[in-house]
Amino acid sequence: MAGPMKMRATLGSGYTDVRVLMTHPMATEQQTKGQPHFIQNLTVKLNGKTVIEGEISQAVSRNPVFSFRLKGGAKGDKIEVSWLDNKGDTNRTETAVA
Amino acid sequence: MMKRALACTAACAAVLAFAPALAQQPSPFAEYQRMATESAPVELFELGGEELWKKPQGPKGVSLEKCDLGQGPGVLKGAYAGLPRYFADVDRVMDLETRLLHCMMTLQGRSREEAAKGVFGNADRPSEMEYLSAYIAGHSHGMPLRPGMSHAKERAAFELGRKLYFHRAGSWDFSCASCHGEEDKRIRMSQLPVLYKPAVARPLIATWPAYRVSNSQFKTIQWRMNDCYRQMRMPEPVFGSEAMVALVQFLTVTAQGEPYRGPAIKR
Repeated sequence: MAGPMKMRATLGSGYTDVRVLMTHPMATEQQTKGQPHFIQNLTVKLNGKTVIEGEISQAVSRNPVFSFRLKGGAKGDKIEVSWLDNKGDTNRTETAVA
Repeated sequence: MMKRALACTAACAAVLAFAPALAQQPSPFAEYQRMATESAPVELFELGGEELWKKPQGPKGVSLEKCDLGQGPGVLKGAYAGLPRYFADVDRVMDLETRLLHCMMTLQGRSREEAAKGVFGNADRPSEMEYLSAYIAGHSHGMPLRPGMSHAKERAAFELGRKLYFHRAGSWDFSCASCHGEEDKRIRMSQLPVLYKPAVARPLIATWPAYRVSNSQFKTIQWRMNDCYRQMRMPEPVFGSEAMVALVQFLTVTAQGEPYRGPAIKR
């Protein structure tokens, strides 16, 4: 049901930049007359360890894009991003730092 | 992908045109354009398009992977940059969308009615044509636009397109040139590009198809033509018709040589 996600993680000097795209309608309360549908929780894991836990709201636009800068990181490190929306739908993607 | 961003498109061009005094300062529209491009979800449409390209569909249950977009069956690299062009198998000029419709009908055995239904999607349901356009156009990124102009029918399409661009009709007696015919015209903060001038057409045509931030939709060039006709209060043009292909041919030839920078993001 959940559409595709796409992520890229690139190594800088002493940090890792992560950019992730996700497909989601991000429909607000007002647009849907009381049936909002939006991503609520966002989790970023580095080699299986949670490094970011985010809560987002209806205010984020459709098909959102997030980017993070993580301290450290090395080539080949595994980054995993997952989301959970208010209807219980979820999706995840993972990539290796390049 | 992020490099696609840096092209200065309509918004910042408009600012430069209307506020020359501000031209030395960094334009807030250029900054807006940069930020919008960084968050462009175009790649999601490319991914969706790849899936549809490879998905068996229609009565014949085959994918579009054998579709000849002008560079040979299934060749995607550079295909979009080489369109519109003349196709000997149908003895006519086709643009990307028209050719895709043709492949859906011939390869997949679908009816024109079914395949062309809902070619222009909406934010909740982007159309198959929109996804496929994103995927295919992405394979021409960085390549100069080189629409066909060697065949007589290609030149005829260009001439017809030019005529249509200046042809006034409909209840308001509009032509494309009514809005896109003079420099320095705008509607609110949208610049109205004079598209028959190569210098103006090049950067704009080289960024279609595109994701439109204002309505969260991925849009194709035939949608752009169709919606302009709606705004001119003309009867709705037929998708993939000679007239639509001719207009696309006219605009693309006017912009030829420009490196393709799409699929891009537009306001």
